[in-house]
Amino acid sequence: MFQSFIGACSDKVKNRVERGAVKKFAAAIGDLHPIYIDEETGRKSRYKQNIAPPTFSRVFDYGTIDGLNLPAKGLIHGEQIYTFKRPLLVEEEVYCYTEIMDYYEKSGKNGKMGFLVLHNTGEDRNGEFLFKAKQVVIITETVRKEISV
Amino acid sequence: MMLLQQLEVGETLADIQLEPVSRLDLIKYAGASGDYNPIHTIDEEAKATGLPGVIAHGMWTMGNLSKLFTSYYEEGFIETFSIRFKGMVFLHDVIRIQATLAEKSSQALRFQVRAVNQRGEDVIAGEVMYALYEL
Repeated sequence: MFQSFIGACSDKVKNRVERGAVKKFAAAIGDLHPIYIDEETGRKSRYKQNIAPPTFSRVFDYGTIDGLNLPAKGLIHGEQIYTFKRPLLVEEEVYCYTEIMDYYEKSGKNGKMGFLVLHNTGEDRNGEFLFKAKQVVIITETVRKEISV
Repeated sequence: MMLLQQLEVGETLADIQLEPVSRLDLIKYAGASGDYNPIHTIDEEAKATGLPGVIAHGMWTMGNLSKLFTSYYEEGFIETFSIRFKGMVFLHDVIRIQATLAEKSSQALRFQVRAVNQRGEDVIAGEVMYALYEL
């Protein structure tokens, strides 16, 4: 049902690694380490700045793909693979976009499931690679029925 | 503090046992991540999709797992972090996060990582490639 979106890509969206958002995120994963939140520790570190936790890029806006309306509820996360050039620095700008890499369906004991493979990419302002997050989203039979209605 | 590079293949980082998963943990993660999928916070919505109750965000567990490496930020960084979500995490589950060194070179350390529940079942499992800086 999402085959026609394979290859679709959103426009780049400018994001910022906001200090407050990093702190809130670090707290939510129980990792309030000084390298994330203490300015002095950040300054004295090899990064000369605080950094963000590896999975922080989850919070960015990756733009939208025209016509792709994923259900707001019921999606299951199957797989997640991050590749980083380096940790993200607090207050830096990151340009993000999303691409639909693949969609396929498999029949299992709970009916037919859809697998949507997305790449979320982050670049610096010069278009240099910062990170990529490959995500496999599983769309269950129940959810597939709901969205086809 | 120990250097990650002093670890030998087969050795593990100190496990961390998380506090039992609470609804507030999931509400906080929803707010911090922007993932408001209601199956993580509202029982009725979770049940409507066939779940027995709310489940933790897989990314919450993955985020927690990364803290095993936070103290070593001067030595290197997580270059790849690949995870399969293998089992659901329910309220009150007690999750333990683990990392075992599988392979080492002068440039990188490959860890097998996982989070297990109180029944010893993997809820997420995968690998961390930890790139080392030149000292």
